[in-house]
Order: sequence, then C-alpha cells, then structure tokens
Amino acid sequence: MNDLTPKASLASRIQTVRSPGGIEAWLIEDYTVPLISLECAFLGGAAQDPAGKAGVASMLAGLLDEGAGPYDSTAFHERLDDFAIEVSFGSDRDGFSGHLRTLIRHKAEAFDMLKLALNEPRFDEEPLERVRAQLVASVLQDTNDPDAMANRAWFTTAFPGHPYGNPSRGSLETLAAITRDDLIDYKARILAHDTLKIAVVGAIDAASLSIELDKVFGPLPKQSRRVAIPRVTPQGVGTRKIIDLDIPQSSVRFGAAGISNDDPDWHVAIVLNQILGGGVFSSRLFREVREKRGLAYSVSSSIAPFDFAPLHMGGTSTKNERVAESLSIIEAEITSLAKDGPFDEELDVAKKYLTGSYLLRFDTSQKLASQLVQIQIDHLGQDYMDRRNGLIASVTREEAARVAKRLYGEGKLLVTIVGRPVGIDAVKA
Amino acid sequence: MSPSASPSTGPEISTVTLHNGLQIVVIPDHRTPVVTHMVWYRNGSADDPVGKSGIAHFLEHLMFKGTEKHTQGEFSDVVTALGGQENAFTSVDYTAYFQRIAREHLKTMMEFESDRMTGLVLTDEIVNPERDVVIEERRMRTDTDPGAQLGEAVSKALFTHHPYGTPIIGWMHEIETLNREDALAYYRRFYTPENAILIVAGDVTEDEVVHLAEATYGRIPSRGEAPKRVRPQEPEPRASRQVSLADPKVEQPSLQRYYLVPSYTTGKPGEAEALDVLVQILSAQGTGRLHRDLVMEQHCAVAAGAWYQSTAVDQSRLLLYAIPHPGVSLDTLEKALDGVIHDVITNGIEAKELARAKTRLIADTIYAQDSQASLARMYGASLATGSTVNDVKSWPEAIDAVSAESVQAAAKAWLERRRAVTGYLLKEEVAA
Repeated sequence: MNDLTPKASLASRIQTVRSPGGIEAWLIEDYTVPLISLECAFLGGAAQDPAGKAGVASMLAGLLDEGAGPYDSTAFHERLDDFAIEVSFGSDRDGFSGHLRTLIRHKAEAFDMLKLALNEPRFDEEPLERVRAQLVASVLQDTNDPDAMANRAWFTTAFPGHPYGNPSRGSLETLAAITRDDLIDYKARILAHDTLKIAVVGAIDAASLSIELDKVFGPLPKQSRRVAIPRVTPQGVGTRKIIDLDIPQSSVRFGAAGISNDDPDWHVAIVLNQILGGGVFSSRLFREVREKRGLAYSVSSSIAPFDFAPLHMGGTSTKNERVAESLSIIEAEITSLAKDGPFDEELDVAKKYLTGSYLLRFDTSQKLASQLVQIQIDHLGQDYMDRRNGLIASVTREEAARVAKRLYGEGKLLVTIVGRPVGIDAVKA
Repeated sequence: MSPSASPSTGPEISTVTLHNGLQIVVIPDHRTPVVTHMVWYRNGSADDPVGKSGIAHFLEHLMFKGTEKHTQGEFSDVVTALGGQENAFTSVDYTAYFQRIAREHLKTMMEFESDRMTGLVLTDEIVNPERDVVIEERRMRTDTDPGAQLGEAVSKALFTHHPYGTPIIGWMHEIETLNREDALAYYRRFYTPENAILIVAGDVTEDEVVHLAEATYGRIPSRGEAPKRVRPQEPEPRASRQVSLADPKVEQPSLQRYYLVPSYTTGKPGEAEALDVLVQILSAQGTGRLHRDLVMEQHCAVAAGAWYQSTAVDQSRLLLYAIPHPGVSLDTLEKALDGVIHDVITNGIEAKELARAKTRLIADTIYAQDSQASLARMYGASLATGSTVNDVKSWPEAIDAVSAESVQAAAKAWLERRRAVTGYLLKEEVAA
C-alpha cells in the first residue's frame, strides 16, 4: 500500500577529520543548505563547580560570548550580528558544550569568533556583573515555581553533600561568591583537549575543516584537571517530601537509581522507559493517568544516565485533591512492570517506535551534529548509528522482564510534592 | 555592508488545490528519508462562539479520540508502531495536526488524517475525562503561575473587543461547561476540505504528494465554500491602560508592555515588515536598543527584549518586556523603557542598525531551510492567516526594501501609549 520506499542510513557518511595538530572531529559533508553547524563538548559541567560556588559553569557559558580578544561585549555581538553568526555555550550537570552556526560565506569570520570565545574571553566587569544578575533573576523567577521547586527538592534530598545536590545554575548565595578568577580557573581546568569531542555537519570539506580545527581548538590546554567525583546512588528512596505552596494543583517528581549508558542493559532500559512513560501518546502512564482518568495533562518518565548517578525519573501535575490517586496509579504501574515485565504487544510497539523514529533525531544539521558529539562522549563508535536499531530490536521479553526487576526493583521511589495535596502525608525514612 | 537579499536558493516549494478545495503545499527536503505531514485548519480560539471559550483547543484534544472507522487511540498506536511522532496545537487563528515519520508511511498518515477530517465520533465517556485533562492543563500553565495570570490580564486589556483577548485554552468557568455537542457543532462548522491546508515537507516530490492526497483527502466531498470567520474588530484605542498583579509567590518582579499593531494581513504594504525590522533593532541579543540602553547604559534592567506576533488574521500585538535591576522600581524602569521608544520615534535609527537587522532576519530564512519542520510551520502559519506561498518566498526581498524612514514611521504610528497596556508583576508582601 505504500508508494514510497525507504533509503539507506547515515553512519557511512561520517568522516573522521584529524588536524595536523591532532584535533579530531566527525564530519558529515552536506551542501543542500549553505550553512555549517559545529557542536563541541567537554566533560565537566556543573559537577566540576568548586565547593560553595555552584553556578560557575553556567556563568562561564553565559560569558564566553560576552567579549573576547579585541572585541568587548558590544563589539563581539555586533560582529556576530553583522555576519549572522550564531555562537553560544551551555552547561549541564556533566558537560560543557559549544555551538556554532554560520552561513558558508562567513565561515572564516565564524571560526575566528569561536576561536576568540574559547581562547581569549575577556571576562570584563560589565558583562560579568550583568550575567551574574541575569542568573540571579532566573533563580528568583524559579523560587516559587512548582516544577522547579519539586525538582530542587528531589535533587537536594537525593544527593546531600554531592555536587548533584547543588543547583546547576547556582543559588543566590553561591552566585554572589563567584569571582572572575573562579571563571578563569574553571575554564583552564575543564576546556582541554583530552575530553573534547567535536562534530560538524554542513557545507565544508575535510581539508578546510582540518585547518580551522587547529586554529579554533589548538591553543587549548592538552590535559583537563578534573576533580574526582564519587559515584553515588540517590538517598531517600522510599521517602516522600511535601513542600507547601498555595496553588490549586500539585507538582510531583519521583525517581530512584537507574542504569548507566555504558551498562550492557542500557538499551533494554530505553525500551522499558518507553513502555512506562517515555511514549507521548502510548505509554502506560499516559493511558492510566491521563487518558482513562483525566488526572493530569502532563505525565511522563525518563531515564537519566548522569555520569556519577544514573537515574530513572518522572513527574506529573494534578489537582491537590487527586494527588494521592495519581501517585498510587503511578506506583502500581512501576511495581507491575518490575514484577511481571512488559506484555508482548507493548514491547513490540515500543521497539518499533524506537527503531522507526531514530532517523527523526537527525532532521537538522544541529541535531545531527549534537547526536554525533553524544555518540563520541558515550564511546559508542562511528558505526553506532547503524547498530543502534539492531540493539533495540533484539530486546526479548525475558531480557525486558529481568531488567525491569533490576531497574524498578520493588518500585520504591523518592517522591517530592509541591502544593497542598489532600489525603497524602510525608513519609520519612 | 550590504545585506544580500538575492532570491533565496532554497527548495522548490509548490502549491496545488484539490477539486474539493483543499490547498496543498509541498516543501522538498531530500537529506533524510522522513516527512513532516501537517493539516492546518483556518480556525482558532478567536473563532470560539461567545461563552464557549476554549472549544477550539478542547476539540484539538478530542480529535485523538477515534472515528467511525478507527477506535480511540488506534491512529496514535499506528503512528507509534511506525516510529512516528505526532502532536497538535491550537493558536488564536489556526489549529494544526502533524506527524513526523519515515517517508514510506506518508500514505498511511494521509488515510488516518483525512478520515478524522469528517469521521470523528464522540461519547460522553470519552469527552468527560478529556475535559478534566484540559482543566489540569490550564491549572498547570496558568493557575499555578502568577506571571501567566498577568499575561492573560494584559491580553484581555489590550483586546477590549476582539476575541484575541481571550486565552486560547479558555476561561476556567467556560471550559467546565464545554460538552460533546459543543465540540461536534464546532467540528462540523470548521473541519472541511475548503478550510484546510495540507503541508508536506521532507523527502517527497509534488507529484507523489498530490497523487497520495487525491486518493485520501480527495475522497472528502466539497462543502461548497470555506466557513466565514466573523469576529468583532477592535475599536481605535484611546486610553493607555495599566494592569498589575501582586502575588506572594513572585520573587522577581517584571514589566511588560503590549501594543495593538497591524499584522501582515491587516497592514499596508511594508508596514509589518517595518515592524519586524523595528523589533529586531530593539531586541537583538547583545546589540538591541533595549539591551544597550536599559541594561548596559542605564543599569535599570538585567534583561529586556521585544516580540511581535506578525502572522495574524486581524490586528495583532507587539510586546516589550524588561526585568528590573535589583532596587529599581517598575515605575523607573517603565520611564526608561518609554525613553527608548521615544528616542526611536524622534531620532530614528542608524543605517548600520538597519543593515544589521536585515542581515540577521534574511539569514534566519536560510537557517530555517535546515529544518523541514520549521519550514512547514512557517508556511502553515502564514497561509492560515491569509498570506500566500509567494508572500513567504519573497519575504527576504520585502525585508530588504525596508527603509530607516519606514521603521521610524512605524514606531511613531504604532508604539503610542494610547495603543498600549502595561503590566506590572509584583511581589505581594504578606504580613507576618
């Protein structure tokens, strides 16, 4: 019944480019649209913020494009605008990333701006204080936001004394304590060759890219100096925290230890999460909580492979009177999946979805480049894009049942609730 | 520096109309073997009957509930099993449904999507829990968020008569009364081939799409003509308005200003383009006037920006916002904001600001070619609000033609206080 037939996949199009200076990048050459996307990442992130200075990585990400080399903040942004170049940086719990997008006719200027941002940031006082004030404003804006509060409460409870217990964007106290030297020091420690991963997609050939790689990344230090971070499991699993906020609907976060992405069971965990609450219109949580009972608009689960504490997590928002009911349904689904494993049919649908939708992740140059960076970070190999669907498709019911027990255990969760839930109490350890 | 506005070298976008009045737009992108399949209906929350606010959005939810041919959830199950992603969204002027999926499943998507254009079946057992879902959606988005509540109040104050002032999701007390009959009456009125636009972006050709569409959507009988949108229009504004909301949960005050302005559909030639350029000059990251004057020079804001809803059937909105620097009152910030606008109105803009804004806006259209989903949305929103495929294609040339004088004139004509509502978000101090 289908008139259109599928085409081949992408892994064979990846070139490895190694510059004379030893910088390596994965490249997919494509001239359909006259632009170039570059994504790069370093290991580190907020987990490497110094003690008492949570927010350094965030602040650095906000400041690298706020003046560098001969250009102060205004001149730097004017130059980006004059050539329609996009340069930005980001940080999450475990990593620090850079993003560049340019039209090909301005690629020389674009690579030059990225080089300046990475190697010669000025950290002038005006932008430093401005970025600090912006982070403070965003922390204030989230102070009484129910989702943000539930999330903060979850991570503070799960990771006392561990960097994951700190807010990645910092708090009012820690942001005030950050100095210019902290930023310089973090950059020198973390932005180094040994953990750098780069991917480029777009209208550039390997020889030209190779020259740019040395210019942009060559001057960075060879070795990063990362602080050792202990691998931990989340604390407080089996307990429930309620944080009072005068709102008609409660925000709920739940979660416990998960499976890391270098574990042989990782791909089975992906399938299980899809079945539990990963699928938007087809998961168990969607059906039971939203479709059948109308308890919530949003309900979902995820698996978060943090480097030092992999997690499975989830959340929902439901009116105060129905929090108890919603949570008991969620807990029952997790327990039943752990006890009995998935049904054949839902396993089949989840596998079909995950394999069939894999290509949708690559429909823009930026998305493709960032997937290529992630594959490098996870050491999955250049053929992963060709292997990955086979790994998912080969998950058997027996394997899924075994890993469900491992992943969801006895269904014990750390739960945080923000609102005024009715008929449900805090549970202490 | 002269911004290059040479005719875009983008994909060959074409449009065809089926015999039953369905408009088709095809946006080829052969890089990845996937397609984005969208159906847009030219009706949105501004077409909700009086007293039935939220019905367009509620019906969008109910469209996933099954038809005479297919039971509840069957379409979604098929999309999932084929590895597709789907969703839908409702705006003031349109409602759209989409799937992103491997190219070989396009026909299946068309079969299901065309089936639910006319075959929807609703029972109270299905409608009632979904109404609770929408109520929880409203609680999540608005009733737990003072900033969103202020946004609703500012919009309502801006549109004193036109239904753009009513929230898309509806007012709570009206959502609570929406029922099966309301949904079906609205559905029968608007879900017709003449009122729809089919957009397919991705690894397809025009011939393939038209061939598949004829075999699916083409079987739906024509209704004769598209439904008329009859909306009360906004009177000429006379009074500047102020709205404020104070809540103990607010830790970070903020300021917003909405102006009633023309859209691409209502504006005279060049007017909306001038407003697009003006907004870029005001709000460009790191170089915009609001940033330069309020954040960098006067230190009265930590962030400031602007946004313009340019695609709209009727008169639309342009908004400015600013977050005050600690210790700066919203009154002081508002005066400074007025100063920025006053400066543009009296002294105009510099040539290099104009060139920079054009470069950026025109480059964005090339960046948009990198995403078939973005292109599909861009064309859908424009066509559903009255623009043509050629309007969208020639937009870079129209932007390039904007002069410094026309930007100044647009600021003078439209950024007047009597056309505006100012909203203050404040912390309510609770007595200990």
